[in-house]
Amino acid sequence: MTVVQTPNTFRAGADENGHFGIFGGRYVAETLMPLILEVEKAYNAAKADPKFQADIKSYNVHYAGRPSAFYFAERLTQHLGGAKIYFKREELNHTGSHKINNCLGQILLALRMGKKRIIAETGAGQHGVATATVCARFGLKCVVYMGTKDIERQKPNVFRMKLLGAEVFPVEKGTGTLKDAMNEALRDWVANVDTTYYCIGTAAGPHPYPTMVRDFQSVIGDEVREQLQEAEGRLPDSVVACIGGGSNAIGLFHPFLDDASVKIIGVEAAGRGIPTGAHAASLTGGQPGVLHGNRTYLLQDKNGQIQDAHSISAGLDYPGIGPEHAWLNDVKRVQYVSATDDEALEAFQICSKLEGIIPALESAHAIAHVLKIAPPLPKDHLMVVCMSGRGDKDVFAIADALGTKM
Amino acid sequence: MSRITKRFDALKAQGRSGLVTFVTAGDPDMATFQKILNGLPAAGADVIEVGVPFSDPMADGPAIQLSSQRALKHDIGLKDIFASVAAFRKIDADTPIVLMGYYNPIYRYGGDAFAKEAVAAGADGVIIVDLPPEEAGELLPALNKHGLHMIFLTAPTSSDARLPAILNNASGFVYYVAVAGVTGTKSAEEDSVKQAMKRLRAHTKLPIAVGFGIKTPAQAKTISALCDAAVVGSAIVEVVAQSSQKNGTAPDAVAADVHRFVKDLAAGVR
Repeated sequence: MTVVQTPNTFRAGADENGHFGIFGGRYVAETLMPLILEVEKAYNAAKADPKFQADIKSYNVHYAGRPSAFYFAERLTQHLGGAKIYFKREELNHTGSHKINNCLGQILLALRMGKKRIIAETGAGQHGVATATVCARFGLKCVVYMGTKDIERQKPNVFRMKLLGAEVFPVEKGTGTLKDAMNEALRDWVANVDTTYYCIGTAAGPHPYPTMVRDFQSVIGDEVREQLQEAEGRLPDSVVACIGGGSNAIGLFHPFLDDASVKIIGVEAAGRGIPTGAHAASLTGGQPGVLHGNRTYLLQDKNGQIQDAHSISAGLDYPGIGPEHAWLNDVKRVQYVSATDDEALEAFQICSKLEGIIPALESAHAIAHVLKIAPPLPKDHLMVVCMSGRGDKDVFAIADALGTKM
Repeated sequence: MSRITKRFDALKAQGRSGLVTFVTAGDPDMATFQKILNGLPAAGADVIEVGVPFSDPMADGPAIQLSSQRALKHDIGLKDIFASVAAFRKIDADTPIVLMGYYNPIYRYGGDAFAKEAVAAGADGVIIVDLPPEEAGELLPALNKHGLHMIFLTAPTSSDARLPAILNNASGFVYYVAVAGVTGTKSAEEDSVKQAMKRLRAHTKLPIAVGFGIKTPAQAKTISALCDAAVVGSAIVEVVAQSSQKNGTAPDAVAADVHRFVKDLAAGVR
């Protein structure tokens, strides 16, 4: 019988080779390998440098607007009649999502490394906008790869990136979504190794990216811990976040991994429903495999070809997931569930009407799960949901889905 | 002695460099691919790389990306590729075949089954673009057990400090990626390849093949003079694309066009 060993801590990964259990690693072409080792070395040095940490802190406060608000969702709580629900308001950050946390960290690192050109991939455009924003702030050249399908459904963000001075490269290949944008960004990097820094938007990719992105996003969970302590004098009973690659989720989860009393729930995108095959839930519907520099759960066919994901939310429309989530799933520390397009659409409307907060379609997946689990829970159950982004970018797509003419 | 070692020894004895040709398995379809493959030795290929198509070929330029897509329309898997290699072996016992692709299809197949069946079919080596030495430890025992050469890539970015780690487990030959970039875009430059060969020779006695950025017979001539073999991929795959567009599903005509181009390349390295 195989026994899954419970580690002494869930917060120690990745190991020195970038592995979380069997997941993670550095599966890249030799041309990129020395660059990735260079990023790792530079990041380790920066992490240990008080000046770097102080710079991040200062830009987080004065530029991004941290700490982000912590809000008791009173009417949603009353409506559901169960758990007491708090929102971590990452959508109030500069640029409208949690993505700025990571971009500030990585671009300050790129500056330390002397890089002049930043490339990024984007799905919903939130990471693209955040990257373009920070590049504008520091006078760096910015190139964003974005799938043509995503460009179509996230037009406001495309225009925003251009206003900020970034070049947006449409990627037609494959399904024209996030995975294809990432392939193209990797191709750019391999051809421009000397000048370019690749600012990956989620907690995935080759080591050290999953660890580094997690570190920059952990400010979310660290603040929640303090803010809830102040509001309620204790730890949450549960924390909930949506997951595409999983950067807002790992940022919320990581500080609580060793608090056994905290139930941790990640919500993947079930698209039109897992049985239809048209979804983006790689933990529920995928198998371990290797893509984009790491081993993780992937949607793939019997031959190991990567399958197209589907989600109404461009930011969750990815056939993989960050490797640390893959590991947390296997060691059973985090419970991974899913919400369909329709459930997210309903949650989107309920949240807008009850709380006066228009959530990103991505975050609406987390709320959709809250709608399912909160009602039967006791009133003193403290539940924190990450409002990872704001929904202004989605209003055209939502109007379409609801058959409304704008 | 393996087919790869024998072939490079023979080339040395003839006092010339070799031509390594890359074609994607199943492109544009399995029957045409088989015709192309079977005629490559007669056209002048000394070593054949058979591309294992992948949905997300991150290190490849447009030509090989498109060829993968054409092949994947027919749902090509490793089993089909092994069958094709076995059919080739019935008519050619000597020309080495190296499978080249990305790790996920092999990982999904299972490393041991992959190595065992590849060798049984008559393949001699494997190049896995996204499996650097840091991660190759999980596959090497299976390859060694069944006798499949692991051919590692070296690149302009590989430092001298890194080379021993790459070359320690390399066998068959060493592949030098001549340009920092994806396949089929930039051109390999004589001076930088010359410098790189000096660096690599200091670390390995294995034959060195140079690829990425060799498109014409003239380039093949120049680069092959500096190393043990020149690899041409994208340019051949483009002939497959153009010819199959022109000739439709006419395997003989497409194969003839490809073989004509390979003959020109072979004349360049001779």
